[in-house]
Amino acid sequence: MAWGQRMSATGYPIRRATTGEFAGMLISAAAVMPFLMVAALTDHSGYAFHATLAMLASFASIFLIGNRCFRPGQVPAPQEINGKPNYNMGPVKFATVASMFWGIAGFTVGLIIALQLAFPALNFDLPWTSFGRLRPLHTSAVIFAFGGNVLIATSFYVVQRTSRARLAGDLAPWFVVLGYNFFIVIAGTGYLLGITQGKEYAEPEWYADLWLTIVWVTYLLVFLMTLAKRKEPHIYVANWFYLAFILTIAVLHLGNNLALPVSVLSPKSYIVWSGVQDAMFQWWYGHNAVGFFLTAGFLAIMYYFVPKRANRPVYSYRLSIIHFWALIFLYIWAGPHHLHYTALPDWAQTLGMTFSIMLWMPSWGGMINGLMTLSGAWDKLRTDPVLRMMVVSLAFYGMSTFEGPLMSIKAVNSLSHYTDWTIGHVHSGALGWVAYISFGAIYCLVPWLWNRRELYSLRLVNWHFWISTLGIVFYISAMWVSGILQGLMWRAYTSLGFLEYSFIETVEAMHPFYVIRALGGALFLIGALIMVFNLWMTVRSGTVDVPQADYDHGLAPQLAPAQ
Amino acid sequence: MDQAHKDDHEVDHVTGTATTGHEWDGIRELNTPLPRWWLNIFYATIIWSFGYWVVYPAWPLISTTTKGVIGYATRLDVETDLSALRVFRATQTQGLADASLEQIKADPSLFRIAMAQGKAAFGDNCAACHGVGGAGSKGYPNLNDDDWLWGGSLAAIQTTLQHGVRVATDNETRVSPMPAFGRDGILKRDEINAVANHVRVLAGLPTEAKADLAKGRAIFEQNCAACHGPAGKGNQELGAPNLTDAITLYGMDLASLTETITNSRGGVMPAWGARLDATTIKALTVYVHSLGGGQ
Repeated sequence: MAWGQRMSATGYPIRRATTGEFAGMLISAAAVMPFLMVAALTDHSGYAFHATLAMLASFASIFLIGNRCFRPGQVPAPQEINGKPNYNMGPVKFATVASMFWGIAGFTVGLIIALQLAFPALNFDLPWTSFGRLRPLHTSAVIFAFGGNVLIATSFYVVQRTSRARLAGDLAPWFVVLGYNFFIVIAGTGYLLGITQGKEYAEPEWYADLWLTIVWVTYLLVFLMTLAKRKEPHIYVANWFYLAFILTIAVLHLGNNLALPVSVLSPKSYIVWSGVQDAMFQWWYGHNAVGFFLTAGFLAIMYYFVPKRANRPVYSYRLSIIHFWALIFLYIWAGPHHLHYTALPDWAQTLGMTFSIMLWMPSWGGMINGLMTLSGAWDKLRTDPVLRMMVVSLAFYGMSTFEGPLMSIKAVNSLSHYTDWTIGHVHSGALGWVAYISFGAIYCLVPWLWNRRELYSLRLVNWHFWISTLGIVFYISAMWVSGILQGLMWRAYTSLGFLEYSFIETVEAMHPFYVIRALGGALFLIGALIMVFNLWMTVRSGTVDVPQADYDHGLAPQLAPAQ
Repeated sequence: MDQAHKDDHEVDHVTGTATTGHEWDGIRELNTPLPRWWLNIFYATIIWSFGYWVVYPAWPLISTTTKGVIGYATRLDVETDLSALRVFRATQTQGLADASLEQIKADPSLFRIAMAQGKAAFGDNCAACHGVGGAGSKGYPNLNDDDWLWGGSLAAIQTTLQHGVRVATDNETRVSPMPAFGRDGILKRDEINAVANHVRVLAGLPTEAKADLAKGRAIFEQNCAACHGPAGKGNQELGAPNLTDAITLYGMDLASLTETITNSRGGVMPAWGARLDATTIKALTVYVHSLGGGQ
């Protein structure tokens, strides 16, 4: 069908480029030469590779923008057709597909590094496949590539639907989606080639950071401008959370990446912060990446997709207001709990811990609002595995947001810190909450976006749910046991006052748990592969339900699960 | 709540709660009050935090911070814990400090303490190379056998620990430079093969059929015997390994021997005297000596 469109397009006259298209092509063309020079002059092969990629991307954007002038249709697209909003779902579709692609990639690398920890020979003694390079590849792929694309896809979808307005900008939404994914390619290949600034979850070097800044500010503007032209009198709660996420991530990214490059011809840079201040900035960033990326952003998803799928009103508007403001006010203080018993001054540790404790209930506000939205629809859990996935994600959310404040208490932290308990905690949040709410949202989105009546198979969703839930349980219980065991072994003294175990003995003791953890990861990956198959078949073999033009506010997405 | 929507406040039939009157893409919101238990726990955590701020250092002021009423400081805490441990250990380790290695070896109570401290120090400092049980691996000597490169007496072990092996910065370090016979052009390839086969003869291992054993023997006596002895029994004064026993550091197969003779070896151990206190070195000496092969 796409081919048919393109071929018939040649029958149309070439139209004049808009100012935006012209500017886009001009900027892309102007960027080619500098990238070529950097690629030619640098003595760092990985950096030259990135400059070449950037040059190719510039050519590609000239082509992609120019190609629009050969295609039929009104540009910029009309805001409304027949009095109904003309939603821009192209970028949403792209980000949805990208999220599943990166998700599978990220889960696979996660499984590989889990196996490397259990069987170190799997590092293969090659720099590119060593744990040190693959670990940031895993974390960035799942958080920023998978999670980021889910957030962009759902935020662009939700803000349009709940504002009854087309996404702001003509090229801008595509720039956000494609630019963000280009950033991911640069970051990921950089890790493999050994380009990193060594800050956890902020590993990309200065040039990737600069590019992300441009993309992210555009994202913020697209989101804000769409809200500004909304047709609803009020801004829906999901959009508050999306806005808090986008805005705060911008601030965090800038603060933690204030680095001076050695030279424009070098990928290396030095951060302006030093010593404990750098550590504090790092964990102010790191913890709020959890708070605003993985919590606020995904709560926004919850606030749209749970009531939508359950077909029930949100439990409490008041709770959503109070817990939103409490959450964003308190979260930003909690970072120092990552630096208990370090060079960080005591007062900062105290504040980090107490604000984490106060954060408990504001976090749970989201869980309550999500779970209680099900009142009157609990029976759907038996028949709709997609809704069940989202409800279980809220349970995991509640569990890890209780565990988090618990682990921030200094006495608990002295046992848990630096152990696998932290890894277990992170994954109960990442697999149970973030991935499950994302899977639920994508299971909803794909039939809606591709105009299919429903998913190819709810039975397969059921299989996905049970296999990956088993995987999560294996994973987190193995890490709890191993983490607490590790912590206790580290602090064990003999009656004569000497350490009971050497470090290597504690490493050996972890082995069986690392094997179980890898098994859990494998199950989780298998579940996600089932999901990809299911989505693929939904798009491929599903029947077209309603034409795009009628797909609007009046004709709500089909929500009917199997009765 | 704006006036225009006031009339829309329909009541949800399932819960009996009024909605707020707005609707977004088919989603409505109930006007449910905050759950009491939720609010109460939230208040409790806030009150608890205020209490914690009074007790512990908490808020930054212009040039200092609030100190908290109990005078807590993490650094003070660490210092207290460490000095308590030092005091606890001192009563036991003072004996080690005062006694000679032989006295420690002879006194059961001193020996027990030395073994406990030695095991902990070994696990933290030595196990990475020599293995937790001291079994070693290729290039890292097994400490459980009685084949010693530099001597297995208490005094010899202590010296090795104190000054390390091939430590450039330590004048008394153990040094044994075996020439790189191949790399430095002292022996040709066929000569290396011959002498390698002769070493296997000394060790009682089978040799290659084509090997010129007479030539190998002659080369050995000319180049190797000065340190390893004519019979290959080695010399602990020079750190020259005994070649006749089954114990080997880098392997006695022909390929490993050829590599050793061609390029020499030269493993390094840190001079622990620069890192550990004298009592810990003593305890480690006794511990290593006890592992199975002490002389």
